Amino acid sequence: MTTDYYADGTDTADGRVFTVTGQDWDEIAADMGEGDAAERIVVNMGPQHPSTHGVLRLILEIEGETVTEARCGIGYLHTGIEKNMEYRSWTQGVTFCTRMDYLSPFFNEMTYVLGVERLLDIEDDIPEKAQIMRVLLMELNRISSHLVCIATGGMEIGALTVMTIGFRERELVLDLFELITGLRMNHAFIRPGGVAQDLPPGALDEIRSFVALMKKRLPEYAALCNANPIFKARLENVGHLDLEGCMALGLTGPVLRSTGYGFDLRKAQPYCGYETYDFDVQTWDTSDSYGRFRVRLNEMHESLRIIEQAADRLARMEGAPVMVADKKVAWPSQLSIGSDGMGNSLDHIRHIMGESMEALIHHFKLVTEGFRVPAGQAYVPVESPRGELGAHVVSDGGTRPFRAHFRDPSFNNLQAMGVMSEGGQIADVIVAIASIDPVMGGVDR
Amino acid sequence: MSDERSAGPEKAVEQPAVEQSPENAPEALGEPGLEVRAVGERHGMFGVRGSGDTSGYGGLVAPIVLPGVAQRPYGGWFDTVADALDPLIEQVVIHRGEITFHVHRDHLLEVARKLRDDPSLRFELLSGVSGVHYPGDAGRELHAVYHLMSFTWNRRVRVEVAVPDSDPHLPSVVPVYPAADWHERETWDMFGLQFDGHPALTRILMPDDWPGHPQRKDYPLGGIPVEYKGASVPPPDQRRSYS
Repeated sequence: MTTDYYADGTDTADGRVFTVTGQDWDEIAADMGEGDAAERIVVNMGPQHPSTHGVLRLILEIEGETVTEARCGIGYLHTGIEKNMEYRSWTQGVTFCTRMDYLSPFFNEMTYVLGVERLLDIEDDIPEKAQIMRVLLMELNRISSHLVCIATGGMEIGALTVMTIGFRERELVLDLFELITGLRMNHAFIRPGGVAQDLPPGALDEIRSFVALMKKRLPEYAALCNANPIFKARLENVGHLDLEGCMALGLTGPVLRSTGYGFDLRKAQPYCGYETYDFDVQTWDTSDSYGRFRVRLNEMHESLRIIEQAADRLARMEGAPVMVADKKVAWPSQLSIGSDGMGNSLDHIRHIMGESMEALIHHFKLVTEGFRVPAGQAYVPVESPRGELGAHVVSDGGTRPFRAHFRDPSFNNLQAMGVMSEGGQIADVIVAIASIDPVMGGVDR
Repeated sequence: MSDERSAGPEKAVEQPAVEQSPENAPEALGEPGLEVRAVGERHGMFGVRGSGDTSGYGGLVAPIVLPGVAQRPYGGWFDTVADALDPLIEQVVIHRGEITFHVHRDHLLEVARKLRDDPSLRFELLSGVSGVHYPGDAGRELHAVYHLMSFTWNRRVRVEVAVPDSDPHLPSVVPVYPAADWHERETWDMFGLQFDGHPALTRILMPDDWPGHPQRKDYPLGGIPVEYKGASVPPPDQRRSYS
């Protein structure tokens, strides 16, 4: 018999280890015989597995179909965004952090911008219209993010229709993003001091028709899934994590709310004027994957309520400013473009080139280096679709972040994967992970 | 780029940095009773090194000073938390409505236990651990920053521990807050802070065999090896920039 390099056992400190690549099971089984190695099978799932939600690697120790130990391997999508931000201006930092958790870009921007605004001490000076636009965009984003969570979660358990209709609706939200910000993702739209641009004409009508459509479409998800016996059989009592577990492991967001505890930062520690909107925190009391699905589904309805209120307010605010009045911050954050799409207005050029040396100096300094942020540190978390997302922003008084660290809810919540899936079936690991809804771009940053 | 350009005949005379005159320093510096430490120095205005000062601003030296120590009463619930922790904290900083407790590493575990278990505190949630590297803060180069939240009282505090670069050890808070597990691994990975007592302090984001800790300020960045007519693009920290 020829030696199969891969199926050959090797002795290690942990006992005999076999690397199995398939089609050699008989040889392996014969070779293992009795003893330790026969009982201990470690399966590596991912990082390129279609059911692990992106480049997540799972290291599962199994006994038959039962998972006895589960660990995560992460870092495959690490891009050094936090380090990169230290070599760009405060405004340019938005462009980096929007790319972290790519399903909820506005929340990444928001928590970073709130931190910068707190350090600048301009929190109370942000125009009301900018705050309403931020809320509007975040709630639209919450819908699109929850849709992807439900869609991919459905796909991973074989419910393909949930996937196709989920992405169908998400596309409508992305169209709105494109209309308002110009981009479907990586917007860099929320800037220190306000937002980059005013609403384009006709945007409110589009938003209203989207809300009307979603009110018809969302019940389809409920009709398809809520009482579906297969769907319930796969999700109920799977990925169980109670309130104590959530507290100990620092889980927030839908996972925490599925234990019946209605904690939501939008209510508990409001930002951007969330205290002025009428909405309810959604909870469920089963602490399992099904409960998390229902929480997300209900949260989308609540987001629609907030969007309607925000749209009504915006309708009354045509022409209002969307950037802070302080030009030292507004200039780098919202560089205005001339009507030809390039450069600055001729009036401004005439002013800085012909009339005022001081204006020229200020123009040069602000455009090249941006604004300075007083030394200190701030942490202003927001309620992202996955839980508490916060940016620890540290300034040394310079024109660039001294340090920006993001507490990403996906990163933190993924720690619960082992607790949720050990002792269950392999198939249930997939459901448990889908119910955490980790986005690897946010986990690895 | 700046190096090449300034090698010409009109090279300006290198000027020595002017002394830090007392009137330029922040008022609190040197005031008795208030410990305000400079964590670094800012030189010039354009980040130019190794060339003559053509801007006229090269001699500027400004200390980098973080917000100073707060005095009692802190106001509101800040005093409640401070009273409960009092002998264990080094100093308290209140800035922009956020309170930071600076704690010596010997007391960190005790502070964490108190923050979690004391009925008047009840900080159930450890949001995360964030490292910060201050290369200019002699003897306190590496900081570990913990953000905590109390569901019961709806409060947030920040706990900061500073350790010297030469001895980057501090106790792990995983026994108190299991949520710190991955966060401490990340901070070890990125800053080289060693959390003693952590169940498995291994790299988490960088590859297992990666040398160095990339988020430290002294970590070499590496340039983009693009060459155009003999010039190459330097790494971002060596480019001409605004300081």
